[in-house]
Amino acid sequence: MLEILSRIFGKEASQASKNVARERLRLVLMHDRLEISPQIMEALRDDIIKVITNYLVIDEGATEIAFERGKNSMALVASIPVLKMKRIPQKKDTG
Amino acid sequence: MGEVLVITSGKGGVGKTTTTANIGTCLAMMGHRVVLVDADIGLRNLDVVMGLENRIVYDLVDVAHGRCRLRQALVRDRRFEGLFLLPAAQTKDKTAVTPEQMRELCQELKKNNDYVLVDCPAGIEQGFRNAIAGADRAIVVTTPEVASVRDADRIIGLLEASELRDISLVINRIRPKMVKKGDMLDVEDVIEHLAIELLGIVPEDELIIISTNKGEPAVLNSHSKAGEAYRNISKRILGEDVPFMNLDESPGFMSRMKRLLGFRTG
Ligand SMILES: Nc1ncnc2c1ncn2[C@@H]1O[C@H](COP(=O)(O)OP(=O)(O)OP(=O)(O)O)[C@@H](O)[C@H]1O
Ligand SMILES: [Mg+2]
Repeated sequence: MLEILSRIFGKEASQASKNVARERLRLVLMHDRLEISPQIMEALRDDIIKVITNYLVIDEGATEIAFERGKNSMALVASIPVLKMKRIPQKKDTG
Repeated sequence: MGEVLVITSGKGGVGKTTTTANIGTCLAMMGHRVVLVDADIGLRNLDVVMGLENRIVYDLVDVAHGRCRLRQALVRDRRFEGLFLLPAAQTKDKTAVTPEQMRELCQELKKNNDYVLVDCPAGIEQGFRNAIAGADRAIVVTTPEVASVRDADRIIGLLEASELRDISLVINRIRPKMVKKGDMLDVEDVIEHLAIELLGIVPEDELIIISTNKGEPAVLNSHSKAGEAYRNISKRILGEDVPFMNLDESPGFMSRMKRLLGFRTG
């Protein structure tokens, strides 16, 4: 209702400018703060590999992770070539 | 033993020198012994804002290099008992001082003064590292604009990395009318992102320019809204619990603001 009213009164554009600023600030800070050191990035990569290799055999050398910046979001994107599935022992109730 | 406060921002032109001059003048007005240190080497400014530019004999670099005694370089402000300025040098070499020398200097000044305010240059290079070297507390100045808040965030990260943990924020040049229209980031937006303690909010005020023209800090002008904001900030530095000022004339708006921001009322 309020939105419609403000649109009628032509306030919409100006209302947007602060909101645009706030959103841009949020993204720019997120991006800046993600500029973490290569060492931390390396540690993050190693940890991810450690977890995944419990389940899969992967090509560790070709594994890449990076932050990808979208227009309105940020994503941690990983490219992990899978070589084969591991045989995961099923837990059985063996009394 | 006094305290060393560095006034910093990252982005240039957001009001560090104005803030340093006003807080320093106000603290002196309230009876404290204050030294203002202009650490913006090569771009000396604080002297002009204070109206002391004609009285400079020696500067910070002269002291650091032992060309004069510290006492000789301090320019006494005749308006107040116990207000002094240590001017920046106008040398081109910004590396003329080291962080170690600055630390020693601040240590020395702390002995005989209640407050040592260091006006930091813009940027994150050597000048910044010099200015923060001897500081106990940092005041980060920002305007409610994306670029300025972003740089403030960067500075806060660098301050924390250098073990300076007592950091508070001054938001300068707020235009209540624009905030009201939704065309300016408000206090809440900025605080939410930077997540540090708010020391004060200062409105955009034409009287700042007039006071700079005259070399008389705005805290000396009882009609100046910015001056009033800086008086409040000074009291908060002294540990007083002062409510944030009403930046808008219409009471309806302010009560909404207060509710919105969870401001302490009073
Ligand atoms: N609240 C205010 N209202 C109006 N003008 C202001 C306000 N605060 C600062 N200014 C003006 O903005 C300009 C920049 O201020 P100031 O020199 O204090 O910034 P600074 O951060 O020290 O800049 P620099 O990074 O160059 O050292 C000056 O002309 C000053 O008069
Ligand atoms: Mg300055």
